[in-house]
Amino acid sequence: MLRESKQFSAYNYRTYAIRKIRDAFRENKNVKDPVEIQTLVNKAKRDLEIIHRQVHIGQLYSTDKLIIENQEKPKT
Amino acid sequence: MLLWTAWRRVAAALPAAQGPRPEAPTRGLRLRVADHAPQSAVPSNTATAPEMESVLRPLYMNVQATTPLDPRVLDAMLPYLVNYYGNPHSRTHAYGWESEAAMERACQQVASLTGADPHEIIFTSGATESNNIAIKGVARFYRSRKKHLITSQTEHKCVLDSCRSLEAEGFQVTYLPVKKSGIIDLKELEAAILPNTSLASVMSVNNEIGVKQPISEIGRICSSRKVYFHTDAAQAVGKIPLDVNDMKIDLMSISGHKIYGPKAERLIQKIMKSLRDVVMNGDPDHHYPGCINLSFAYVEGESLLMALKDVALSSGSACTSASLEPSYVLRAIGTDEDLAHSSIRFGIGHFTTEEEVDYTVEKCIYHVKRLREMSPLWEMVQDGIDLKSIKWTQH
Repeated sequence: MLRESKQFSAYNYRTYAIRKIRDAFRENKNVKDPVEIQTLVNKAKRDLEIIHRQVHIGQLYSTDKLIIENQEKPKT
Repeated sequence: MLLWTAWRRVAAALPAAQGPRPEAPTRGLRLRVADHAPQSAVPSNTATAPEMESVLRPLYMNVQATTPLDPRVLDAMLPYLVNYYGNPHSRTHAYGWESEAAMERACQQVASLTGADPHEIIFTSGATESNNIAIKGVARFYRSRKKHLITSQTEHKCVLDSCRSLEAEGFQVTYLPVKKSGIIDLKELEAAILPNTSLASVMSVNNEIGVKQPISEIGRICSSRKVYFHTDAAQAVGKIPLDVNDMKIDLMSISGHKIYGPKAERLIQKIMKSLRDVVMNGDPDHHYPGCINLSFAYVEGESLLMALKDVALSSGSACTSASLEPSYVLRAIGTDEDLAHSSIRFGIGHFTTEEEVDYTVEKCIYHVKRLREMSPLWEMVQDGIDLKSIKWTQH
């Protein structure tokens, strides 16, 4: 999911997706119940598809970079 | 109105290389063509400037006006804009059925966010239309017996304008003043309720200074006196907990494009630490962190906004008209004239990053210091002169 999110061309969407994915995985790392784990994995798969589609749309309609993208490399 | 102001600011502040100034809030989108050539698909009647590759977009810190559309939202909506285009009221075919199912899901989602029943949700074109419908609707419905309305002085323009137009129709409206913190006085509200009051309208979170009103208490007072309670929750829903039944809200206006969190603490602390004579407008305790309104003494708000051209911001003063009057909200909380002119509103949403906040803070501090260096008032203050003791001569 992180790999796909890094391809968002819009700075704000890219940083939000990366942050949210990391936070969500960290938050759920102690879940033990297999049913719950499966639910979360399914949700993650659906979200991955959403990211994939939206990355493409973003690239079709991309515009100039933000002023701060010039100065720092986006944190991977 | 705020969006229009923000667009004009951004348009006016961008370097001339971007092309002719737009006269309307929409401008031709500058898109990269899909084959990744570095030219933009600019409409042919605009001047194409050779320096376009060096133009970078400003940071967006104006979420009170509108927010970036979450990609998940766009993803959910696209099928209904491409293939599932049926009218939800078409009862006789699959296109209608699937659209109706989608509408019901949407009503369900909004209802669960606010504690309402799905059948109580009505979709309109936005919070402005909702506010108009709610206020004018209730007032006119009870016109024969009840002719009094209550609202506050810090409401959004659409609420105030609705009340004003109702006054022209023969209604009486009480505009409650606010305390210095921006919060209304509950005792004044109680005192203002008359036997012929039909509706009280108080917004949940103010769009200019971010102050949270005590909605539960207001709801309780209104329901005990049999007065309908309407709240403009455009800036609040999704960010602070709102339950229409708990808080006894009868009517609530929501805006679809302003929903959804805060690096605010960081911004406020950094600025306050590096600069003196900065005032935060609005109560610091009952405050929604994503909307920060700061007044920088001895600096003019418009000039600071122009200087911060790399960041999309908005100020408290309504400079769209020829009169440079400061915002009515700041006037209502009792801000001095000069501080009201130098207020800037920082909007932080959940797409805002720490880097953006740091960059904004850095630029803000730099420009405030630079503008203060140029200010004669600042010089006088440094020399220890009390500005209020100066007698300015009239010319």
